[in-house]
Amino acid sequence: MKDIILKAENISKQYRLGEVGTGTISHDVNRWWYKIRGKENPYLKIGDTNDRSTKGNSDYVWALQDINFEVQRGDVLGIIGKNGAGKSTLLKILSKVTAPSTGTIKSRGRIASLLEVGTGFNGEMTGRENIFLNGAILGMTKKEITSKLDEIIDFSGCSRYIDTPVKRYSSGMTVRLAFAVAAFLEPEILVVDEVLAVGDAEFQKKAIGKMQDISKSEGRTILFVSHQLGSVATLCNKGMLMDKGRIVDCGTVSEIIEQYLLPESGETKANLYLPNVESLNSKKIFFTKIETINSNNQNTDYFGFNESIKIRLSIAIKEDFKNVVLGIGLQDKFNTRVCTFMNNLVDIIVDNSKDNFTVEVIVPSNIIAPNHYSFIFALYEFNGRVYDVIENVCNIKIHDTGTIFSKYEGIDYGNVIINSKWEII
Amino acid sequence: MNNTDNKDWLFEITPKNNFFSLNFKEIWQYRDLLFLFVKRDVITVYKQTVLGPLWYLIQPLFTSVIFTIIFNNVAGIKTEGLPSFLFNLAGITMWNYFAACLNGTADTFKTNASIFGKVYFPRIITPLSVVISNLMKFGIQFLIFIGFYIFYYFDGYNLTLNLSILFFPVLIVIMGILGLGLGMIISSMVTKYRDFSYLIAFGIQLLMYLSAVMYPMELVKSKLPSYGWVVEYNPLAYIIETSRYMLLNFGHISLSGLLYTFTFTIIVFFVGLLVFNKAEKSFIDTV
Repeated sequence: MKDIILKAENISKQYRLGEVGTGTISHDVNRWWYKIRGKENPYLKIGDTNDRSTKGNSDYVWALQDINFEVQRGDVLGIIGKNGAGKSTLLKILSKVTAPSTGTIKSRGRIASLLEVGTGFNGEMTGRENIFLNGAILGMTKKEITSKLDEIIDFSGCSRYIDTPVKRYSSGMTVRLAFAVAAFLEPEILVVDEVLAVGDAEFQKKAIGKMQDISKSEGRTILFVSHQLGSVATLCNKGMLMDKGRIVDCGTVSEIIEQYLLPESGETKANLYLPNVESLNSKKIFFTKIETINSNNQNTDYFGFNESIKIRLSIAIKEDFKNVVLGIGLQDKFNTRVCTFMNNLVDIIVDNSKDNFTVEVIVPSNIIAPNHYSFIFALYEFNGRVYDVIENVCNIKIHDTGTIFSKYEGIDYGNVIINSKWEII
Repeated sequence: MNNTDNKDWLFEITPKNNFFSLNFKEIWQYRDLLFLFVKRDVITVYKQTVLGPLWYLIQPLFTSVIFTIIFNNVAGIKTEGLPSFLFNLAGITMWNYFAACLNGTADTFKTNASIFGKVYFPRIITPLSVVISNLMKFGIQFLIFIGFYIFYYFDGYNLTLNLSILFFPVLIVIMGILGLGLGMIISSMVTKYRDFSYLIAFGIQLLMYLSAVMYPMELVKSKLPSYGWVVEYNPLAYIIETSRYMLLNFGHISLSGLLYTFTFTIIVFFVGLLVFNKAEKSFIDTV
């Protein structure tokens, strides 16, 4: 039997754009006038969908529209979506910070929200006092906090400073202390915004580990919003994709992440190179088109770690290419070379009657670590003659698909992942 | 769908609060938070000051001295055998508590927006904590009043206690509730219209002059018969007048006035709860 712990029915949230001031009173009066006549709020009928980039006609927008979903006990639901998709608004409604404009949320458990760590921290008070204050704000009783105080202090790793005012803490220490309090919350449902994107690597690992403990061993329900897809992939079992204030799809986390990464049609692609026509006149051997393609033959700049990357190059030839080499360099986000692929054109081109051909280079999967990369392409001879060089093009992102390093997403742990062998001697 | 689908939900989140849906159970659950807020307010006031809690004493003392000079010595308000200073100190101590409650609660939503925007707890905890922590401040100021009372007693003034002083705590509670109620109403309006925070800043100043703080109510009635009603309709004037009766045996108690004050307070408090409840649900979108 399904054990549904949380259920959202027709949740919508409307926001008024522009400055609150002029027109506010007239709208308020109008709203009130409708209300005493027993009619619905007139402003709930209008409003644009929440598309940040286009200019709308209405003063009102729907940050959320018709949100319906259910969460089962013990589920860890990852909510993903672009900026402005309505994720945070949804979390705010779930944590009762703001009310929905329409709809209801029904819950069978106590909800604790972590939209920020260290809410209500007071710099003048000591670490210990702040543990109590912050814990109480998050909904713990004094008794609960007292019984866990030692664990909290231990987890934070700030025991030496615990009786010092928090304003003397480094920002990292403040975050550690704050997260430690939150980690020992015991609600049935925990709502977490991207609070883990703080602190150092060791601490992030600890934080994710703690969240996993909470969900796996204690069977608690977690709703988790993050842009770190690796963390979502490791932590969550269910996923929910949102876009422009609506739910696009719900499902298992891997399905949802895959869907999120699908290229959007009509978007200008960073992974495509097309040369400027004028610059080609002087060139004898040159690239006419370069693109990156995934294993499903789709043009994309987003690759999973477990996916191979196909680079499709079109090259035009107007001269003898006997000694010409095609070189491809993979560069990390600081434009440092990660590795180079190269080959002699004569070895690639079998039919040399054409002056135009396309070649594909496949970068194997499970090697290049999740991160941002770009490429440098060159056609040259060993004697130093350069026919064409294109730098810093085809920006791609490799996302984590659940490697052992997913906890460290966003932290530099190198550009390649090599499956090492470990032996006890 | 299963058979438990539509029942035994622990709670629901809906667009609107029911009026008067003050959830006492929930407030009780958060009592530790109330206590910790009070503690925070008390602790942080003293931090990094040399005089610390002495600041609580300096303000009423100096105000009383100035009032005594201006109103009693210059303007010649008579206090019928009582030391004018003690008369003023009593009024100011009482008034300070009310003003602190109102000032402290009136910008609840504005000053706590960052906390309220991140986490839920019954919002009423914050204004409640203001009223309670100001009670501490009032206690300290009241001690200084007692000090001067004893001083004047041994100085030969004929000071007698009134039996009704037993009801003094009740009077304080009524005053606190009135401040809380008004504060909740204003704080709810400030979330949308900032104008009210300017209004309250000088409004409290003006209200003091209408609240019989530095003069007995009788005096206004006899000197300004046509405008005396302004003071007569001010519930605060009755509270302050009554407190002087209890503490200094000065003036008299108006039972009808007290009844009026009591009713007024209850109404203001419930209206306050009502608008506060309504505001707390979505203030974060407008503040």
